[in-house]
Amino acid sequence: MSEPTYDAAFFRAWLEGAAAAVDREADRLTELDSAIGDADHGANLKRGFAAVTATLEKEPPATPGAVLATAGRQLISTVGGASGPLYGTLLRRTGKALGEAPEVSRTALAEALTTAVAAVSQLGGAQLGDKTMLDALVPAAEALGTSFEAAREAAEAGALATVPLQARKGRASYLGERSIGHQDPGATSSALLIAALAEVAA
Amino acid sequence: MSGRVGIVLVSHSAAVATAVAELARGLSGGGDTAPIVPAGGTPDGGLGTSADLIVRAAEAADGGVGVAVLVDLGSAVLTVKALLAEGDELPEGARLVDAPFVEGAVAALVTATAGGDLDQVVAAASEAYAYRKD
Repeated sequence: MSEPTYDAAFFRAWLEGAAAAVDREADRLTELDSAIGDADHGANLKRGFAAVTATLEKEPPATPGAVLATAGRQLISTVGGASGPLYGTLLRRTGKALGEAPEVSRTALAEALTTAVAAVSQLGGAQLGDKTMLDALVPAAEALGTSFEAAREAAEAGALATVPLQARKGRASYLGERSIGHQDPGATSSALLIAALAEVAA
Repeated sequence: MSGRVGIVLVSHSAAVATAVAELARGLSGGGDTAPIVPAGGTPDGGLGTSADLIVRAAEAADGGVGVAVLVDLGSAVLTVKALLAEGDELPEGARLVDAPFVEGAVAALVTATAGGDLDQVVAAASEAYAYRKD
Protein backbone atom coordinates (compact mmCIF):
# COMPACT_ATOMS: atom_id res chain seq x y z
CA MET A 1 0.00 0.00 0.00
CA SER A 2 1.38 3.40 -0.89
CA GLU A 3 1.67 6.24 1.61
CA PRO A 4 -0.97 9.00 1.64
CA THR A 5 0.18 12.25 0.05
CA TYR A 6 -0.46 15.90 0.82
CA ASP A 7 -1.08 18.72 -1.65
CA ALA A 8 -0.58 22.50 -1.67
CA ALA A 9 -3.92 23.08 0.08
CA PHE A 10 -2.75 20.90 2.99
CA PHE A 11 0.39 22.99 3.38
CA ARG A 12 -1.59 26.24 3.20
CA ALA A 13 -3.88 24.85 5.91
CA TRP A 14 -0.80 24.00 8.00
CA LEU A 15 0.54 27.53 7.80
CA GLU A 16 -2.87 29.04 8.50
CA GLY A 17 -3.09 26.79 11.56
CA ALA A 18 0.40 27.86 12.58
CA ALA A 19 -0.57 31.53 12.17
CA ALA A 20 -3.64 30.99 14.34
CA ALA A 21 -1.56 29.23 17.02
CA VAL A 22 1.08 31.97 17.01
CA ASP A 23 -1.68 34.57 17.26
CA ARG A 24 -3.29 32.72 20.18
CA GLU A 25 0.01 32.15 22.00
CA ALA A 26 1.75 35.45 21.14
CA ASP A 27 1.49 36.76 24.70
CA ARG A 28 2.94 33.56 26.16
CA LEU A 29 5.83 33.60 23.65
CA THR A 30 6.57 37.22 24.50
CA GLU A 31 6.39 36.42 28.21
CA LEU A 32 8.94 33.61 27.77
CA ASP A 33 11.09 35.94 25.68
CA SER A 34 10.93 38.71 28.25
CA ALA A 35 12.59 36.35 30.75
CA ILE A 36 15.67 35.59 28.63
CA GLY A 37 15.40 37.59 25.41
CA ASP A 38 14.22 40.98 24.22
CA ALA A 39 10.47 40.38 24.65
CA ASP A 40 9.54 40.58 20.99
CA HIS A 41 9.23 36.94 19.92
CA GLY A 42 5.42 36.77 20.08
CA ALA A 43 4.81 40.08 18.34
CA ASN A 44 7.46 39.38 15.69
CA LEU A 45 6.12 35.93 14.80
CA LYS A 46 2.54 37.18 14.83
CA ARG A 47 3.43 39.86 12.28
CA GLY A 48 5.40 37.37 10.18
CA PHE A 49 2.74 34.69 10.06
CA ALA A 50 -0.01 37.23 9.38
CA ALA A 51 2.01 38.31 6.32
CA VAL A 52 2.43 34.65 5.33
CA THR A 53 -1.32 34.01 5.49
CA ALA A 54 -2.11 37.18 3.52
CA THR A 55 0.39 36.30 0.78
CA LEU A 56 -0.80 32.70 0.46
CA GLU A 57 -4.42 33.85 0.19
CA LYS A 58 -3.66 36.43 -2.48
CA GLU A 59 -1.74 34.12 -4.80
CA PRO A 60 -2.00 30.50 -3.65
CA PRO A 61 1.10 28.64 -4.92
CA ALA A 62 0.39 25.41 -6.77
CA THR A 63 2.78 22.98 -5.07
CA PRO A 64 3.73 22.16 -1.46
CA GLY A 65 7.30 23.26 -2.21
CA ALA A 66 6.15 26.64 -3.53
CA VAL A 67 3.83 27.21 -0.56
CA LEU A 68 6.69 26.71 1.89
CA ALA A 69 9.24 28.68 -0.15
CA THR A 70 6.86 31.66 -0.46
CA ALA A 71 6.06 31.53 3.24
CA GLY A 72 9.75 31.41 4.14
CA ARG A 73 10.53 34.48 2.06
CA GLN A 74 7.73 36.38 3.80
CA LEU A 75 9.09 35.46 7.23
CA ILE A 76 12.60 36.60 6.32
CA SER A 77 11.28 39.94 5.14
CA THR A 78 8.69 40.73 7.82
CA VAL A 79 9.74 39.28 11.18
CA GLY A 80 12.52 41.75 12.03
CA GLY A 81 14.21 39.59 14.69
CA ALA A 82 16.51 36.59 14.49
CA SER A 83 13.54 34.23 14.31
CA GLY A 84 12.70 35.66 10.84
CA PRO A 85 15.77 34.44 8.96
CA LEU A 86 15.80 31.22 11.02
CA TYR A 87 12.15 30.24 10.42
CA GLY A 88 12.36 31.69 6.91
CA THR A 89 15.31 29.44 6.13
CA LEU A 90 13.53 26.46 7.71
CA LEU A 91 10.46 26.83 5.47
CA ARG A 92 12.33 27.85 2.32
CA ARG A 93 14.78 24.99 2.55
CA THR A 94 11.99 22.51 3.24
CA GLY A 95 10.15 23.90 0.21
CA LYS A 96 13.19 23.71 -2.03
CA ALA A 97 13.93 20.14 -0.90
CA LEU A 98 10.35 19.11 -1.80
CA GLY A 99 10.92 20.43 -5.32
CA GLU A 100 8.00 20.76 -7.71
CA ALA A 101 6.04 17.64 -6.76
CA PRO A 102 2.29 18.38 -6.72
CA GLU A 103 1.82 16.10 -3.71
CA VAL A 104 4.30 14.82 -1.15
CA SER A 105 4.31 12.00 1.38
CA ARG A 106 5.01 12.34 5.10
CA THR A 107 8.29 10.49 4.57
CA ALA A 108 9.34 12.97 1.88
CA LEU A 109 8.38 15.85 4.17
CA ALA A 110 10.40 14.32 7.03
CA GLU A 111 13.46 14.10 4.79
CA ALA A 112 13.01 17.66 3.51
CA LEU A 113 12.54 18.98 7.04
CA THR A 114 15.68 17.20 8.21
CA THR A 115 17.68 18.92 5.44
CA ALA A 116 16.16 22.28 6.38
CA VAL A 117 16.86 21.84 10.09
CA ALA A 118 20.52 21.21 9.21
CA ALA A 119 20.53 24.47 7.23
CA VAL A 120 19.07 26.35 10.20
CA SER A 121 21.71 24.82 12.45
CA GLN A 122 24.42 26.00 10.07
CA LEU A 123 22.94 29.50 9.69
CA GLY A 124 22.74 30.11 13.42
CA GLY A 125 25.79 28.05 14.34
CA ALA A 126 23.73 26.23 16.98
CA GLN A 127 23.51 22.58 17.99
CA LEU A 128 21.07 20.42 19.88
CA GLY A 129 21.20 21.40 23.57
CA ASP A 130 22.07 25.08 23.01
CA LYS A 131 18.57 26.08 24.20
CA THR A 132 17.24 27.16 20.80
CA MET A 133 14.47 26.22 18.37
CA LEU A 134 16.66 23.30 17.29
CA ASP A 135 15.90 21.52 20.57
CA ALA A 136 12.31 21.12 19.33
CA LEU A 137 13.00 20.87 15.59
CA VAL A 138 15.74 18.22 15.53
CA PRO A 139 13.71 15.56 17.44
CA ALA A 140 10.52 16.59 15.57
CA ALA A 141 12.09 16.09 12.13
CA GLU A 142 13.36 12.69 13.21
CA ALA A 143 10.02 11.61 14.71
CA LEU A 144 8.13 12.79 11.64
CA GLY A 145 9.58 9.71 9.93
CA THR A 146 7.27 7.71 12.25
CA SER A 147 4.11 9.83 12.36
CA PHE A 148 2.75 13.38 12.58
CA GLU A 149 1.66 12.72 16.16
CA ALA A 150 5.12 11.47 17.12
CA ALA A 151 6.60 14.67 15.69
CA ARG A 152 4.23 16.78 17.78
CA GLU A 153 5.13 14.89 20.96
CA ALA A 154 8.86 15.06 20.21
CA ALA A 155 8.71 18.84 19.58
CA GLU A 156 6.78 19.46 22.80
CA ALA A 157 9.14 17.27 24.82
CA GLY A 158 12.10 19.05 23.20
CA ALA A 159 10.71 22.48 24.09
CA LEU A 160 10.10 21.43 27.71
CA ALA A 161 13.60 19.98 27.91
CA THR A 162 15.08 23.46 27.28
CA VAL A 163 14.02 24.62 30.78
CA PRO A 164 17.09 23.34 32.69
CA LEU A 165 19.53 24.23 29.88
CA GLN A 166 21.90 27.19 29.81
CA ALA A 167 21.57 29.23 26.62
CA ARG A 168 24.62 29.20 24.38
CA LYS A 169 23.24 31.15 21.41
CA GLY A 170 21.49 34.42 20.82
CA ARG A 171 20.72 37.16 23.27
CA ALA A 172 19.85 34.69 26.04
CA SER A 173 23.46 33.48 26.04
CA TYR A 174 24.55 36.84 27.53
CA LEU A 175 22.61 35.86 30.66
CA GLY A 176 24.78 32.80 31.27
CA GLU A 177 23.48 30.75 34.21
CA ARG A 178 20.54 33.11 34.66
CA SER A 179 19.03 31.61 31.49
CA ILE A 180 18.58 28.31 33.36
CA GLY A 181 15.02 27.59 34.53
CA HIS A 182 13.26 29.31 31.63
CA GLN A 183 11.71 27.55 28.64
CA ASP A 184 13.21 28.72 25.36
CA PRO A 185 10.75 30.86 23.36
CA GLY A 186 12.13 29.66 20.00
CA ALA A 187 11.74 25.98 20.93
CA THR A 188 8.24 26.81 22.17
CA SER A 189 7.17 28.46 18.91
CA SER A 190 8.73 25.56 16.97
CA ALA A 191 6.58 23.15 18.97
CA LEU A 192 3.51 25.25 18.05
CA LEU A 193 4.44 24.98 14.37
CA ILE A 194 4.81 21.20 14.53
CA ALA A 195 1.59 20.85 16.59
CA ALA A 196 -0.25 22.81 13.87
CA LEU A 197 1.10 20.32 11.31
CA ALA A 198 -0.12 17.36 13.37
CA GLU A 199 -3.53 19.02 13.71
CA VAL A 200 -4.10 19.44 9.96
CA ALA A 201 -2.91 15.90 9.37
CA ALA A 202 -5.24 14.41 12.01
CA MET B 1 31.73 48.75 -15.22
CA SER B 2 34.17 51.03 -13.49
CA GLY B 3 32.16 51.77 -10.35
CA ARG B 4 33.58 51.62 -6.87
CA VAL B 5 32.81 48.96 -4.30
CA GLY B 6 29.63 49.83 -2.38
CA ILE B 7 29.18 49.50 1.35
CA VAL B 8 25.98 48.66 3.21
CA LEU B 9 25.68 49.18 6.96
CA VAL B 10 23.09 46.93 8.63
CA SER B 11 22.26 47.86 12.22
CA HIS B 12 19.32 47.18 14.52
CA SER B 13 18.98 50.95 14.79
CA ALA B 14 18.41 53.42 11.95
CA ALA B 15 20.18 56.09 14.01
CA VAL B 16 23.27 53.92 14.47
CA ALA B 17 23.49 52.93 10.78
CA THR B 18 23.05 56.53 9.61
CA ALA B 19 25.50 57.95 12.14
CA VAL B 20 28.19 55.38 11.33
CA ALA B 21 27.77 56.12 7.61
CA GLU B 22 28.23 59.85 8.37
CA LEU B 23 31.24 59.16 10.56
CA ALA B 24 32.87 57.02 7.86
CA ARG B 25 32.19 59.67 5.21
CA GLY B 26 33.64 62.38 7.44
CA LEU B 27 36.77 60.37 8.21
CA SER B 28 37.20 59.52 4.53
CA GLY B 29 37.51 63.22 3.73
CA GLY B 30 33.85 63.63 2.79
CA GLY B 31 33.13 64.75 -0.74
CA ASP B 32 33.12 62.12 -3.43
CA THR B 33 33.37 58.88 -1.46
CA ALA B 34 32.38 55.39 -2.59
CA PRO B 35 28.69 54.67 -1.97
CA ILE B 36 27.85 53.86 1.65
CA VAL B 37 24.20 53.16 2.39
CA PRO B 38 22.65 52.64 5.84
CA ALA B 39 20.00 49.93 6.36
CA GLY B 40 19.06 50.35 10.00
CA GLY B 41 16.01 49.34 12.00
CA THR B 42 12.65 48.21 10.69
CA PRO B 43 10.65 50.00 7.97
CA ASP B 44 8.30 51.44 10.62
CA GLY B 45 11.22 53.02 12.48
CA GLY B 46 11.55 50.38 15.22
CA LEU B 47 14.60 48.44 16.38
CA GLY B 48 15.41 45.31 14.40
CA THR B 49 16.57 44.30 10.95
CA SER B 50 14.63 44.42 7.72
CA ALA B 51 15.43 42.18 4.78
CA ASP B 52 13.63 44.59 2.46
CA LEU B 53 15.68 47.60 3.61
CA ILE B 54 18.88 45.57 3.25
CA VAL B 55 18.01 44.48 -0.30
CA ARG B 56 17.19 48.08 -1.29
CA ALA B 57 20.35 49.46 0.30
CA ALA B 58 22.48 46.87 -1.50
CA GLU B 59 20.90 47.78 -4.83
CA ALA B 60 21.56 51.47 -4.14
CA ALA B 61 25.20 50.79 -3.17
CA ASP B 62 25.91 48.48 -6.10
CA GLY B 63 28.22 49.99 -8.74
CA GLY B 64 28.72 46.64 -10.44
CA VAL B 65 32.00 45.72 -8.75
CA GLY B 66 30.77 44.28 -5.47
CA VAL B 67 29.07 45.30 -2.25
CA ALA B 68 30.56 44.86 1.21
CA VAL B 69 27.85 44.35 3.84
CA LEU B 70 28.78 45.20 7.43
CA VAL B 71 26.42 44.17 10.21
CA ASP B 72 26.06 44.75 13.93
CA LEU B 73 24.69 41.68 15.76
CA GLY B 74 22.19 38.83 16.05
CA SER B 75 19.45 39.04 13.47
CA ALA B 76 21.49 41.45 11.32
CA VAL B 77 24.05 38.69 10.79
CA LEU B 78 21.41 35.99 10.28
CA THR B 79 19.27 38.05 7.90
CA VAL B 80 22.21 38.90 5.62
CA LYS B 81 23.39 35.27 5.67
CA ALA B 82 19.89 34.07 4.83
CA LEU B 83 19.62 36.57 1.95
CA LEU B 84 23.02 35.53 0.58
CA ALA B 85 21.99 31.87 0.80
CA GLU B 86 18.95 32.65 -1.35
CA GLY B 87 21.32 33.57 -4.18
CA ASP B 88 19.04 36.00 -6.00
CA GLU B 89 18.23 38.57 -3.30
CA LEU B 90 21.42 40.63 -3.14
CA PRO B 91 23.46 41.99 -6.07
CA GLU B 92 26.10 39.73 -7.57
CA GLY B 93 29.33 40.21 -5.67
CA ALA B 94 27.65 41.10 -2.38
CA ARG B 95 29.60 39.80 0.59
CA LEU B 96 29.04 39.70 4.34
CA VAL B 97 32.13 41.14 6.01
CA ASP B 98 33.33 39.80 9.34
CA ALA B 99 34.46 43.12 10.84
CA PRO B 100 33.81 45.45 13.77
CA PHE B 101 30.92 47.70 12.77
CA VAL B 102 32.29 51.22 13.30
CA GLU B 103 36.00 50.64 12.65
CA GLY B 104 35.21 48.28 9.78
CA ALA B 105 32.93 50.83 8.13
CA VAL B 106 35.64 53.50 8.20
CA ALA B 107 38.34 51.14 6.88
CA ALA B 108 36.02 49.80 4.18
CA LEU B 109 34.96 53.25 2.96
CA VAL B 110 38.50 54.64 2.87
CA THR B 111 39.65 51.61 0.87
CA ALA B 112 36.65 51.64 -1.49
CA THR B 113 36.97 55.40 -2.05
CA ALA B 114 40.64 54.94 -2.96
CA GLY B 115 39.54 52.48 -5.65
CA GLY B 116 40.25 49.20 -3.84
CA ASP B 117 38.51 46.09 -5.15
CA LEU B 118 36.11 43.98 -3.09
CA ASP B 119 38.87 41.73 -1.70
CA GLN B 120 40.85 44.76 -0.56
CA VAL B 121 37.80 46.42 1.00
CA VAL B 122 36.89 43.21 2.86
CA ALA B 123 40.49 42.73 4.02
CA ALA B 124 40.76 46.33 5.26
CA ALA B 125 37.50 46.06 7.21
CA SER B 126 38.38 42.68 8.75
CA GLU B 127 41.85 43.90 9.75
CA ALA B 128 40.17 46.45 11.99
CA TYR B 129 39.64 43.56 14.43
CA ALA B 130 43.41 43.39 14.96
CA TYR B 131 43.68 46.88 16.36
CA ARG B 132 43.75 46.45 20.16
CA LYS B 133 42.61 49.25 22.41
CA ASP B 134 44.30 48.20 25.64
